[in-house]
Amino acid sequence: MTAEAGPMTVTRAEYCVVACAEAWRGAGEVLASPMGTVPALGARLAKLTFSPDLLLTDGEALLVGDAPEPGNGAAVAEGWLPYRRHLALVATGRRHVMMGASQIDRYGNQNISCVGDWARPSRQLLGVRGAPVNTLNNPTSYWVPRHSPRTFVARVDMVCGVGYDRAAAAGPSATRYHDVREVVSNLGVFDFDTPDRTMRIRSLHPGVRPADVREATGFPLRGADGGVPETRAPDPAELRLLREVLDPGGLRDREVPPCGP
Amino acid sequence: MSDKTMTADGVVARLASGMTIGIGGWGSRRKPMALVRALLRSPLTDLTIVSCGGPDVGLLAAAGRIRRLVTPFVTLDSVPLEPHFRAARERGAFALTELDEAMFMWGLTAAGQRLPFLPVRAGPGSDVMRVNPHIRTVTSPYADGEELAAVPALRLDAALVHLNRADARGNGQYLGPDPYFDDLFCEAADAAYVSCERIVDGAELSRAGGPQTLLVSRMFVSGVVEAPHGAHFTSCAPDYGRDEAFQRAYVRAAAEPDAWAAFAKRFLSGDEDDYRAAVAAFAEETAGEHA
Repeated sequence: MTAEAGPMTVTRAEYCVVACAEAWRGAGEVLASPMGTVPALGARLAKLTFSPDLLLTDGEALLVGDAPEPGNGAAVAEGWLPYRRHLALVATGRRHVMMGASQIDRYGNQNISCVGDWARPSRQLLGVRGAPVNTLNNPTSYWVPRHSPRTFVARVDMVCGVGYDRAAAAGPSATRYHDVREVVSNLGVFDFDTPDRTMRIRSLHPGVRPADVREATGFPLRGADGGVPETRAPDPAELRLLREVLDPGGLRDREVPPCGP
Repeated sequence: MSDKTMTADGVVARLASGMTIGIGGWGSRRKPMALVRALLRSPLTDLTIVSCGGPDVGLLAAAGRIRRLVTPFVTLDSVPLEPHFRAARERGAFALTELDEAMFMWGLTAAGQRLPFLPVRAGPGSDVMRVNPHIRTVTSPYADGEELAAVPALRLDAALVHLNRADARGNGQYLGPDPYFDDLFCEAADAAYVSCERIVDGAELSRAGGPQTLLVSRMFVSGVVEAPHGAHFTSCAPDYGRDEAFQRAYVRAAAEPDAWAAFAKRFLSGDEDDYRAAVAAFAEETAGEHA
């Protein structure tokens, strides 16, 4: 910990990148599968610093040996991972995915399929994609760039990614490898390390008050009162990597706009 | 040696309304768009479409040809949400079998392997089981006693795929980084039709890439169509990338009925030669705009 890169100089997006990177700390030799710009930067940052054994893809069919900027091709390929092998890899468990969530509830059930009644949705989204297989087979985390009561909801309209209550109800084959780790949003970091596996605040990004996150969440959050830790700041080496190597174009700020002090 | 070359319209002539048709590629990547456009020129309708969906689904949905869609997602990749698919779902235009990606892959595999189902650890706990009450679970007969989804085989009447090269006998070659599920689609179908950028002879197939690039075997292929730019506007690496400017125009037009009618008239009212000419004119215009 050094003081050069104090919180005043670090943007909200940069806190988010570091919070995402932390999801892959200690992951070992597994595929980091980030969805979204900030998680992609987090995975690369983790690989270049404290989790060097991570594997990354180019977003298509190659495992990359270096850590190129998101959207840029790799100079070094260390493997081939087309969709069919990627899906088969999920069932081996050697992967930690960070998916997006159009809706997420207190047990970590996630929806990316549609809003409203599934039979005739008010808003059709992507579809379930691989969320059901991801959540039953490998560690899963979520990234939500705009924390609001419309995304953090009491009940999701279509369970795509399986949360703790639904996995338990589905039985031992569903819970066997089920491991929803954390949710990173533009406001803080949340996990399910509670007796009833409901979401709690692990840390809030600097400048966010417990009341802010309570207001932006459509269900009671554990740990919203009392001393909530701050999300850690990037150290100077991380900040330099992020700003000069991984994201010189500032894509991170487009996903999480800078906010006032 | 049987020569299986035919035209895109010849392929469509072998299809019928009410069929279950699998479409290869993935999202807005290597979709057999020339075959889809031929399908749009025909009166075929009431189709069950099985696809990792992109603009193939969008176009067929916009034209009202889909009775049921079997899919894990529909996306244009660089544009996350497919506008016609969204609109069709929001007006309840067709029935949907929404599957997880792994369920979809193992369902196609089961069909090719002539199995009734394959067990998959995906589905239970999610609403995929709620919205697909026909999908059952199966209990392992071994000591573990695990209860897994029994994903039913996704058997197809016909499959349509687009590859980089093929020979006249139906051997198909992909030269890009990802085979997607194209061989699985062909093996799951009673009849598979391969369009390709160029029909070449066997010697040229061997020169173009290693044996593992020969993805689709002629033993599963009923017809081969030479369709240059046949995946347009989706990507067909390494022959060409996605036509992002055209895709953006497609998305803009889809937002509004009059604009869509104009787009369809300009690009989809003629044959494939007309399409290529209209796309070339569009490319010139947009190049002019950015000059």
